Amino acid sequence: MHLVIIGNGIAGVTCAQTVRRLQPEARITLVSDETAHHFSRPALMYLYMGHLRWPDVKPFEDWYWSENRLELVHDRATGLDVASKQVHLAAGPSLAYDALLLATGATTRYYGWPGQELAGVQGLVSLADVELMSQQTTNVQQAVVVGGGLIGVELAEMLRSRGIGVTLLVRDRHYWGSVLPPEEAALVDAQLRRHGVQVRYGTELAAALGDAQGRVRAVRTSGGEELPCQWLGIATGVEPNLALTTGTPIETDRGILVDDWLRTSAPDVYAAGDCAQRRTPPPGEAAIEPLWYTGRMQGETVAHTICGQPTAYRRGPWFNSAKFFDLEYQTYGQVPARPVAGQTSFWWQHPGGHCGLRLHYTDDAQQTLLGVNALGLRLRHDVCDQWLRAGASVRAVIEQLGAANFDPEFFPQHEPAIVAAFNTHHPNHPPLTLRRRKGLLARLLSV
Amino acid sequence: MTAFAAYSDQPLAYPTPETSPTERLWLALVTLGLLAVAVAAAAPAGLREPAFWAGLALLSAGTVGWSWYKFGQRPAGVHHHYLWARSSTSRGALAWMAGIALTGFYVVLYWWPEYLENLIRPLDGLSQALRRRPADQWFLYGTFYTLAVLLLGVRALLKYRHSPYHRVRTLSVMFFQLGLAWLLPGVLLALQQPEYYFSYFWPLKYDYLFPSGVSSLLQNGHLGVFMVFWGALMSLVATPVLTYFLGKRWYCSWVCGCGGLAETAGDPYRHLSDKRREAWRYEVSIVYTVLGFIVVTTALLWLNTLWHGELLGRLSDEFSRTYGFVIGSIFSGVVGVGFYPILGNRVWCRYGCPMAAYLGLLQKHFSRFRITTNGGQCISCGNCSNVCEMGIDVKQYAQRGEPIIRAACVGCGMCSTACPRGVLNLENGPREGRYQPSTFIHAESLRILS
Repeated sequence: MHLVIIGNGIAGVTCAQTVRRLQPEARITLVSDETAHHFSRPALMYLYMGHLRWPDVKPFEDWYWSENRLELVHDRATGLDVASKQVHLAAGPSLAYDALLLATGATTRYYGWPGQELAGVQGLVSLADVELMSQQTTNVQQAVVVGGGLIGVELAEMLRSRGIGVTLLVRDRHYWGSVLPPEEAALVDAQLRRHGVQVRYGTELAAALGDAQGRVRAVRTSGGEELPCQWLGIATGVEPNLALTTGTPIETDRGILVDDWLRTSAPDVYAAGDCAQRRTPPPGEAAIEPLWYTGRMQGETVAHTICGQPTAYRRGPWFNSAKFFDLEYQTYGQVPARPVAGQTSFWWQHPGGHCGLRLHYTDDAQQTLLGVNALGLRLRHDVCDQWLRAGASVRAVIEQLGAANFDPEFFPQHEPAIVAAFNTHHPNHPPLTLRRRKGLLARLLSV
Repeated sequence: MTAFAAYSDQPLAYPTPETSPTERLWLALVTLGLLAVAVAAAAPAGLREPAFWAGLALLSAGTVGWSWYKFGQRPAGVHHHYLWARSSTSRGALAWMAGIALTGFYVVLYWWPEYLENLIRPLDGLSQALRRRPADQWFLYGTFYTLAVLLLGVRALLKYRHSPYHRVRTLSVMFFQLGLAWLLPGVLLALQQPEYYFSYFWPLKYDYLFPSGVSSLLQNGHLGVFMVFWGALMSLVATPVLTYFLGKRWYCSWVCGCGGLAETAGDPYRHLSDKRREAWRYEVSIVYTVLGFIVVTTALLWLNTLWHGELLGRLSDEFSRTYGFVIGSIFSGVVGVGFYPILGNRVWCRYGCPMAAYLGLLQKHFSRFRITTNGGQCISCGNCSNVCEMGIDVKQYAQRGEPIIRAACVGCGMCSTACPRGVLNLENGPREGRYQPSTFIHAESLRILS
């Protein structure tokens, strides 16, 4: 079998590795025009800040690919012929495939703002983007970033590391209004302020204004205000990269449409990662999941289907993590940004304001745990996942809270304070006691 | 455009920012201090004492003040901005100058100590007070070494003040260096006892269990007997037991003086360690050879003693001289510390230290210690590997959901601190399931180290 994979991001590479494991004799070719080797896209910010060099953000050393017979083609795929099963390349000869995985990723989504084509206006998705950003921000004093999500804060942190003034435009009333409840957003807001980021909530970009040289000199906000800046970062999301499927019979919508097995409408053509859009996602799941972790899971899943072990994509309870300047964030399961009927939340925050924990659960007799948000606290993924899969009651979770503590040794343990706060919030229930403290030793002793 | 080429080893973060006037002021104090010490080294007798002490005072004030300015004021957290762009921390001109100066100091110290006379004599007063004898080159070295651990320990305390683990660990190495590696050996000398280091053990301090070392200690009455007992107990009993429960870190990054210097003065250079597979191959072939050499030699020397010298004659003295020169001087001093700014801060610990090799074997095969990977949260960013001073490519394990159990790991905890997703955690736990990978990533079976 010859498997051709377009894209050497996490979805494509995970698929290649899994196929190598499942079918040691398969021929596997990865095609990418972005870089010769796979790299960690979430690590691009560390290149810009000088924390890491290019070799440091490559998850595998260069010998890895040839030793595991993963052929790398640094070239641009220009066309597909699904009838004759051929991929056409810009420079090299066409590749014939038995199976084709489209893992072409995503690009910055622009909303047609006036002036978005000006020099100094860009997003951050690719290696070329971070190189351009490094070049374009060299003599910049003031920048504006549009978008109150993860990439928006990332861009702000990058710019602040070079001492550049940053104004962040956030559409919602608080940070990441579509995902975070207000209490969590307030902790992130404190980080932004501490690190000298100006934030305009309830504000959108209206237009980018250019100077005589065609470079951005200011932005006009939805409130009509003009903010001078020499660089404008677009962090309002990404959209699937569909360049390769245009003009082919492969069905697309916003992304490349795939079924539960990540198969496209063309035979032996699959899609995974940021470019894929599921036709029928289960309730509560997004059709497009542009995320490192889901890219990895989709890559692994589709590899099984390609190797003749049809496997539906079931990612299990949601998880994600991020870091807002110095504040770490982890989330497990579903925690809605706004109140939902029949569900309720318990939020604990340290009096010093440097960490917080939310347990979201059903507002019924079972009090089933639905999701967890942690800020400034590290939680054990497998413990949270087990609680969510088992439908554990929030009261049991509170008593066992130490089992999920993943903070390093000697860090203050907040479980007693959290249990006390929970009891105070629920005066009509019998008080709970902490039965599990932190650590592997405690796990043994508690059995 | 070449300055931004991401395909090179160079970072994108150019150019480096202007140093602020306040920072310049603090750095000027440090430089003046170094200059004053240099003047003292070359000065006539009348000038050398004031220049020496003024130099140390300026150096100390400048280092602490700079650390406070640089790390103590801003929000606590991991801030490695410009780490790979600054000349001083990315093998630039400043790094080479620092490396050459440090190496030069070791060369003079080992081979031409007479040129250090002007730096040794001002310490006579201190040496008399502590040790009841005049200073010598080793007292000078020990004093400078301890000062470096203390001053740059303050830097580490400020830089990592958000992490209780690093606060406790840094205070620990400062305590052991000052108390057990500087004050106590001095006091023992003052009391006409052997200059014994209670924080160094065989096979690092190999002569503590050599027949010649044991017999010379035993000539010192009850205290000498206790020292022999202590040395044997620590090497043969306490080391396996402590390593079983805590991992190698109890020694390498909490107690050891070499580790103490690496974790304080060497901290700005930790990322320079070589993470490539090739480096790992050199590491295992060199460090276990050194350990094997010491173990075999120790055994032979005892056999020789039992047979009253018929086996090896005076090889013991020869060995001490040769090994002491090649390993003790050149490897641990000149290369180990002198090359900090070029090769990283744990070159000696990683490639040369027999104690680290011994602890490493125990940690790998007879310990409860591991670094746990948190489920599927790794993003392969590489921050953990970058800060690993022992050159472990930590992300290879994290991105496959595997616990990190490596002989080399000294448990400094920096990978856990630098991880932006809370993935890594140093843990002591049951040995059962110690190698169990996370179920969230189906680790591919493709091997990394071989």
